[in-house]
Parts: sequence; structure tokens; C-alpha cells
Amino acid sequence: MENKEDRELYFYLKLTREFEDRVSKLHRQGKILGGVYSGRGQEAIVVGVCYGLRREDFIAPLHRDMGAFLVKGVDPNRLMAQLFGKKTGLSKGKDSFLHAGDLSRGVFGATSMLASTLPVAAGAALKFRMKKESHVAVAFFGEGASSRGDFHEALNFAGIHKLPVLFVCENNFYAYSTPQNMQMAVEDVAIRAEGYGFKGAVCSGNDLHAVMKTAHAAVERAREGEGPTLIECKTYRYHGHSEHDQPFYRPQNELIEWESRDPIQRFEIYLEKKGYNVDQMKADTEREVKAITDEAVRFAEESPWPEGKEAIEDLYANPF
Amino acid sequence: MPTTYIKAIHDAMFEEMKRDENVFVLGEDVGILGGAFKATEGFLQEFGPERVIDTPIAESLIVGAAIGAAVLGMRPIAEMQFADFISCAYDQIINMAGTLRYRHGGGAQVPIVIRGPSGAGVHGGLFHSQNPESYFLSVPGLKIVAPATAYDAKGLLKASIRDNDPVLFFEHKYLYRRIQEELPEEDYIVPLGQAALRREGSEMTFITYSAMVHPSLAAAERLEKEDGLSVEVIDLRSLRPLDWDAVFRSVRKTSKVVIIHEDRRTGGIGGEISARLSEECFESLDGPIMRVTSEDTHYAFSPPLEEFILPNVDKIVAKARTLAAY
Ligand SMILES: Cc1ncc(C[n+]2csc(CCOP(=O)(O)OP(=O)(O)O)c2C)c(N)n1
Repeated sequence: MENKEDRELYFYLKLTREFEDRVSKLHRQGKILGGVYSGRGQEAIVVGVCYGLRREDFIAPLHRDMGAFLVKGVDPNRLMAQLFGKKTGLSKGKDSFLHAGDLSRGVFGATSMLASTLPVAAGAALKFRMKKESHVAVAFFGEGASSRGDFHEALNFAGIHKLPVLFVCENNFYAYSTPQNMQMAVEDVAIRAEGYGFKGAVCSGNDLHAVMKTAHAAVERAREGEGPTLIECKTYRYHGHSEHDQPFYRPQNELIEWESRDPIQRFEIYLEKKGYNVDQMKADTEREVKAITDEAVRFAEESPWPEGKEAIEDLYANPF
Repeated sequence: MPTTYIKAIHDAMFEEMKRDENVFVLGEDVGILGGAFKATEGFLQEFGPERVIDTPIAESLIVGAAIGAAVLGMRPIAEMQFADFISCAYDQIINMAGTLRYRHGGGAQVPIVIRGPSGAGVHGGLFHSQNPESYFLSVPGLKIVAPATAYDAKGLLKASIRDNDPVLFFEHKYLYRRIQEELPEEDYIVPLGQAALRREGSEMTFITYSAMVHPSLAAAERLEKEDGLSVEVIDLRSLRPLDWDAVFRSVRKTSKVVIIHEDRRTGGIGGEISARLSEECFESLDGPIMRVTSEDTHYAFSPPLEEFILPNVDKIVAKARTLAAY
């Protein structure tokens, strides 16, 4: 008998990969304009952290975090339409990619300014504290973004007030072309938490169970009023920084090595060990996620463009 | 061989680094990658990591560190990967760099250049399309430059690097590879604060700069051909200092003026130019001062939205016709 959690986790991992791979392909075909950033290889982090969160829990995903939107229940059709810049997208064509959220699902839309969501997540956590709600806020960011002042300002404040917030660093060792050793003089981002008065934890970002264990413990602590956690997940992005980028600045063998620790394959090995018929499960899941993605692409392609004058809508609550 | 606008920027920095060992570059991914737009391609090999510094993602640090080195005699060129991210360094620019000479009673200087790939038209969306000049226009102590041609990009950047004040150099990414021209072999500069007369005319003046110079010139051609209207086109090149003499001279000659910029209308430099013209040239004006600018909204992504927002040849021609009818 398949356990529901195993099945769902596998589904979200596969859906995230299918969705992102399709987006990369559509970009190559010239069907998606603008910047496209793939999180291929990093799926276990967003899935592991977001799985099991409540609808009210606040998350702030970033440029590689398509999976976070999907696990949090954002409509895949609207998400795809967002990438196409269509009227049916989350921002109604105002911006593309992941610069939009869906607050009805607890998903906050980021700006491009890296780490700028961290203070915002602290503020969301502050609200939960003020209203005595046991929800948590989660902000995702890369190791590169941890160099910005906003990162340090947010952690400091969260530490002072013991806010129910998780700062989740997806450390893929490169910020665009800049390797980690040019970004910081320490090995683990997570140790910085100590300087702000709370705990940091390091885990393998390619091991879904390791991510879940670390994240869920932090969520529990946060819900119980024990304050923030800085979680660092070590991982690797398979693609270039954006789909325009040929990552010649990384050694080829590095990618091959990381591909051998692929988070999805790793999860399949776990499923096999548990005695599932993995071939069957794989075939079923692939059919399922392909259907969802096909439908999302169809929806996006057939959706109308916004009309030019809509460019001046949605600026104010009370337009003048 | 013709040189593209981005190559002109590359060459200006390369030549200045060769000429003066105090010149260096710093920014995100300027080293091994050669910059997100390849402005510093080959620099790391030529000048080494001491003078081509890949920084952490920390714009406030990039500008602040440039200021620190500059007050001690270096001449840093700081790259913002996209001009939009200059907001993250705003405090260092307006409060630190902008006031530095003043509060040292003239006893200190900040010879830094901050380069920012700005502008829309490439489906960059809200955060990769901004024209940030108006965020800085009211700040004394800063210079602001915005070239429209490859020749000017090179000459103005060299002048900016040799200048002893902080210069914000807003290069337009739409022009990077879309325009090119033959450049002189020999070293040259284009002085800051001098506008260029791009086209002579007698009945109307277009005041513009950066990417908008090109549709303005195309609109002027069309108005000549279709309406027999003689339009003069002035490319400001520097927004601060601004060549007011050139502007006043032209407006006194033609009596009619349209200001064209890609920055948003409210708070944009067009408002300032318009106010100065009504103070200084009111007697000569033969119609209202008009503007063609981006709409007062964010630089939306979707193609129909972006098209609606940005100025173009048709919008300029239509505005000019309205003004000509006065
Ligand atoms: C404040 C700011 N500066 C620069 C950029 C340009 N930029 C976008 S992504 C990126 C690299 C980000 O690296 P990291 O935070 O490690 O995340 P990753 O892309 O590796 O997932 C840079 C420099 C930006 N978006 N925001």
C-alpha cells in the first residue's frame, strides 16, 4: 500500500521538474520572453520545506522556487500564464516569472532585489506573534543574497523578537558566476544565525528527508514560540544562472558529480527500498504531471494578452 | 570595423585602465564572466583580480568601498548589474558620495563612476527596465550622464572616469548591440555637460537623451517628409550638469518644444526642463511645452503593456503635430 505522504512528495518533486523543464523548453522556443531561471536540481528544498505547511503560513519564494508555488497550492495554470505575461497570470501580465504571489495561498511575490523578502517575512512573522496565531513565515534565498544588508537586518530583528520565521538558504555554491569563496569567508551561511541569537542548521538540499526533518523541526519550534531558524540546504543548480547563461565558469565534473546525487533519483531509491513498485509509480506520476503541465501550457497559450491600457491599472487601491 | 555601444563602453574602461593604474572596476560577476553584458570581458586576464574585483551581492558595499578607495586617490568604476539595483546603494550614493566634498569644505573628492544598464524595451519587466535618473536628479554633488551613441558612450565614459566628482553613468541596454558606428582610433573624450545638436531645424525643438534620441530623430525625419516641418533635435547627453545654453538657444530659435524621455513623466527631468524654459524663454515660446514620456506606471512586462507605456515614433509625431497646430 502506498503511503499518501510518499506519493504526494514524489508528485510534487516530479511536477516541479516537469514544470521547470517545460518552461526552459518554451524559453528556447522563444515562447517565453524575458528572464527564465531554472531550479533544476534544487527541487527537494522547496518541496521539503513547503510540504505540510498550512495555507496561512507565509512563504516568500525566489527566482528558482517554482516548486514552492506548486506545493503551496497556487493554480498551475495561472502560474504558467504568469510566465507567459498573459492576462490570466498572477500579476495579469504586469511582470513575468516569479515576481507575483497569491496571498490567498500564503505566497508572497518577490521583487528582483535579492534578500528584500527577508525583512518582509520577519514582518509577517511579527503579525502572527501580535495576533497570537501559531503560523510561520518562510523566506527563501541564495547564499549570494546572504551578502546583502537586508539579510542581516532581518535576522537581527527576528532574533531580538524570537519571531516565528524560517530563513531558508539554498546554497548552490554559485551566485551567477561568483563562487561561494568570493561571496563569503565562511563555509556555512548557517553559522551566522549564532551572531543574531538563534540557531542555524545545515542539511543536504538534495535529500528530501533531510530537508523535511530540519525544516519541520524548525517549524515546530517556531509555532511553539521558540523563535527563528536559519536553515542552509547545500545543493547545486544544473542549468546556468538563467537560460541565457552558459555556465563555463564551473568545472564540468562538478555538475556530473552533483547529478549523481539528484534529489529525485535519490527519492526513487528510497521508494524502492520501501518496497514500492517504482516503475509503475514513476510512469503514473509522469503521466499525471505531464497532463497538468500540458494543460497549464495550453491555458497560458490560449489566454489573452492584457490590453495596453491595463498598464496603468492596479497601481492604487483608490485609483484617481 | 564598427563598434557597438557596449563595446565602446568596454573599450573606454579598458583604455583608461591601461592609461591610469588607479582606475579599477568592481561589481558582481565582472571578473571571470566579464560582466552580465560583457562590458568587462577580458579584463580579468589583462588586469588581474586586484583591479577587476568580483564583489559579493551587496550594492551598498560596492559603492561604499568605491568611495573609500576614491577619497584616497583611486578611481573606481562600480558596476550595477542592472541599473535597477542602484536602489540598494541609494544611501551610499546620495548621502555619502553626494555630500562628501561639501562637508569636507572642498577638501576631499570622490572620483567614482557608477555604471548602470538602464532602460526598457527588452521585456525586462518591473525590475530590469527602470530609468533611475529621476531618483538622483535632485541630489547636488552628483553628475548624471546618459549617452545615445557609441561615440558618446566611449567619450563620455572616459570623461566620467577622469572627472573628480561622482558620476552616475546610465547606459541604455536597448542600445547595447542595436547601434554601432566607426570610432576614431585615437584617444578622445566627450566633455560632461555639453549637449549635441543631432539635427538642425527651425520650427520646433525636440529635447531628448539616451535611447529616445533615435525615435526622436526618426520622428523628425517623418515630420519633415510628411508635414514639411523643420525639427531640431538636441541630445542632452549629460543631465547634470545640463547644457542649458544649448537648450535655450534652440528654443529661442524655434519657439516650440517637445521634451522626450523614457523615464516616467511625474518627477522626470522633463518637468524641470519645462519649468526652466518657462522661466527663461517665456517670451520666445509659441505654444505649450509638451512632453512625450513613459506612462506614470511601472515598466510592465507583457508586450502590449510595455508598448503602451513606452514612447515611440508615432507618439512623438502625434505630439509634434498637436504642437505644430498651435
Ligand atoms: C540586489 C541585487 N543585486 C543583483 C541582482 C542580480 N542577480 C540576480 S540573481 C543573482 C545571483 C543570485 O545568487 P544567489 O543568491 O546565490 O541565488 P542563486 O541564483 O544561486 O539561486 C544576481 C547577482 C539582484 N537580483 N539583486
